[in-house]
This record gives sequence, C-alpha cells and structure tokens, in this order.
Amino acid sequence: MAEFTLPKNSKIRKGRHFPAPSGATNVRSFKVYRWSPDDEHNPSTDVYDVDMDNCGPMVLDALIKIKNEIDPTLTFRRSCREGICGSCSMNIDGTNTLACTKAIDECGKDVKVYPLPHMSVVKDLVPDMTHFYAQYASVEPWLKTKTPVSPSAERLQSKEDRDKLDGLYECILCACCSTSCPSYWWNSDKYLGPAILLQSYRWLADSRDEATGERLDDLEDPFKLYRCHTIMNCTNACPKGLNPGKAIGEIKKMIAERSL
Amino acid sequence: MSLRSPLSKAVGLGSAKHGFSHWWWQRVTAIALIPLTLWFAFSVIGLIGADHARVMAWLGSPINATIVLLFVLTALYHGQTGVQVVIEDYIHTTWLNLTLLLFVKFASVIMAVLAIISVLKVVLGG
Repeated sequence: MAEFTLPKNSKIRKGRHFPAPSGATNVRSFKVYRWSPDDEHNPSTDVYDVDMDNCGPMVLDALIKIKNEIDPTLTFRRSCREGICGSCSMNIDGTNTLACTKAIDECGKDVKVYPLPHMSVVKDLVPDMTHFYAQYASVEPWLKTKTPVSPSAERLQSKEDRDKLDGLYECILCACCSTSCPSYWWNSDKYLGPAILLQSYRWLADSRDEATGERLDDLEDPFKLYRCHTIMNCTNACPKGLNPGKAIGEIKKMIAERSL
Repeated sequence: MSLRSPLSKAVGLGSAKHGFSHWWWQRVTAIALIPLTLWFAFSVIGLIGADHARVMAWLGSPINATIVLLFVLTALYHGQTGVQVVIEDYIHTTWLNLTLLLFVKFASVIMAVLAIISVLKVVLGG
C-alpha cells in the first residue's frame, strides 16, 4: 500500500532552540528538519533565530550563516548559490525550491526548511538521489545517431529546430518537480517522474537525434510514462520556470501520433 | 539486501511497450460521456413523476434504449479504466492488487451484460 502516515521512527519530535544574539532587533526563526544516521533519535525540527541585519537575502544565506555561526552540524548541499547547479533543492515554506534563489522575504513568518519530500534522507537536508540519477541514466540522455559525420564536422540544426529545445535544456536536475509529484511519491520505483521525462523529451525534440522511435518504445509503459496524471505540481514547483507537465504531454502526443 | 546496481533497479524489467491504448480509450470514452450523460440526465429529469408504464414506454423506444445502453456501457468501460489506475497507483501488495483488478474487471463485465439483457427485455417485451 501507499503510505499516508510516517512510520514510527520517522515521526518528527520537537528539537533544540537556538536564540538570536542579544541586541538583535530584526530576527527571523528558521525551523529546520534534523536527522542524523549516527544516533538512534527520531528526526526533529530545530529552531534557529537568525539576526537578519547580518544575513544575506536568500534562504541559503541563512542556512550558511547558521552552519558557520550557530550550529556547524547542520548538513545540506549547496554549490553555485545562483540557481544553476541544483544542489540546494529542498522544501521551503511547503514548496520544493532552490534555497539559493528563494528570498527569505517571500516566506512566512517562521521559515520551515525540510528535505525534498518522500526521499530517503542521508542526513538533515540531504536526500539520497541515487535512484533519481539512475533513472536519468536509464533514458540514455545523449545524442544517438546512425548517420556518420566526419569527426571534424558539426551536426547541423536549423534555428527553428534549435528553438524547440528552449524550455528543456535549462533543466538542472534539482528534482524539485519529481519530489513534488504524488505519482512519483507512490510509484517512483517504476514511474520516471517529471524531471526525467522532461530530460527524455529534450532528446525526443532534438532534430539531430536518430533514435526517436526506440526512445518512445522504451517510454511507452503504463508506469514509466503513463503514471503521469497531469497533476501539474511539477510545473508549479520548478524553480527554473520550466513546464515538465507540458513536456510529458508532448511525449504522449508523439506516441499518439505514431499509433493513430 | 540487494547488490543490484542503481541502473539495474531503475531499468527494472524494461518497458511493457503498451499503455497508449488505455490512455487513449479513457479519453475517447470521456468525450463520449459528455453528450451521453447530459442526454441521460435530462431524460431522467423529464421522467420525474412518470408512472411505470410511461417509463417502460420511454425505454421501449429503440432510440432511447440504444442511447441508454451506449451510456451505461461507455460509463462502465470508462469507470473500470479509471478504477484500474487508482488501484495501480495506491495498492502495492501484489495479491491484493491482482485481486482488486480482477474484481473490477469481472464486476464491470457482469454489470454490462446485466444492463444489455435488462434493456433488451424491455425493448423486446417479456
């Protein structure tokens, strides 16, 4: 059965409270999910009161400040701090997004920070992405061709055909969309999920690719593709403003086109 | 514990190479149900207060009987495709999943045959 309640050892208990330094006047509270594999405790939410007069504007700025100045044990992924690496994806204020591009001002009074939903947690805000990346590998995300081209030549593409990759190539594989999708929560063992399907469509839409039929063969499956019920959480969540729901619709249209 | 590689787990048993037909017919029946449901609803409203003989006469007309049967059979087909998806989404215990899927399929076929025989009985008399 799909699980609708948390298992006993995942129930979240109240955690520690780290008050702001005395004298701070502009304080925001960050409620952050904590779990460590190194002890037997259930997960908890620790509350960090951060002096906003000494903090950058983004949620990631606050998390880095907490790690540097308040609690060095807080664990999260981050790298580019400008929305291009996809490392700091997490659930902030109830929505999956990138901590580095989410302004603290856009959040509610207390900023709630959790790991991406329905993923195994490695530690604190770090989810296990192994299966997600393996699913990406399974769609063979590279140009496949049969027509030989001299190594010194390019495979040409018209401007119109290149335009068809806009809205697809920008995906940074942060998994905000896939982990916001109920179908992916319940069936991620078989359902590829919005991120991987958008990436797959990026190659289906590429005029230079010569494996379109094989790619569609591999996707036409009640679970891999058709578990998408057009819920559209993916498109709502995407921090890059992409539309995975539409990309999945386009794949279904391509399969319809060759069947009818 | 499994020592299979992540890619092996992600690929699983590979693609079933079907799924389009289910998706397509769910949509075709959905479109067909728009006029059929409207027609059926207005017909039933028109029969409010009618006695048994008048309802029998209404259903005895070949056109009404045809559309009623189209409505019932389309609704049953559409319904079972939808319930199948719900079961596949949420029930992951293999034996329960298979039992429920079979139950839904058998139940819709039984109801379809029952509907056909009932309407024919009215139309052909007896």
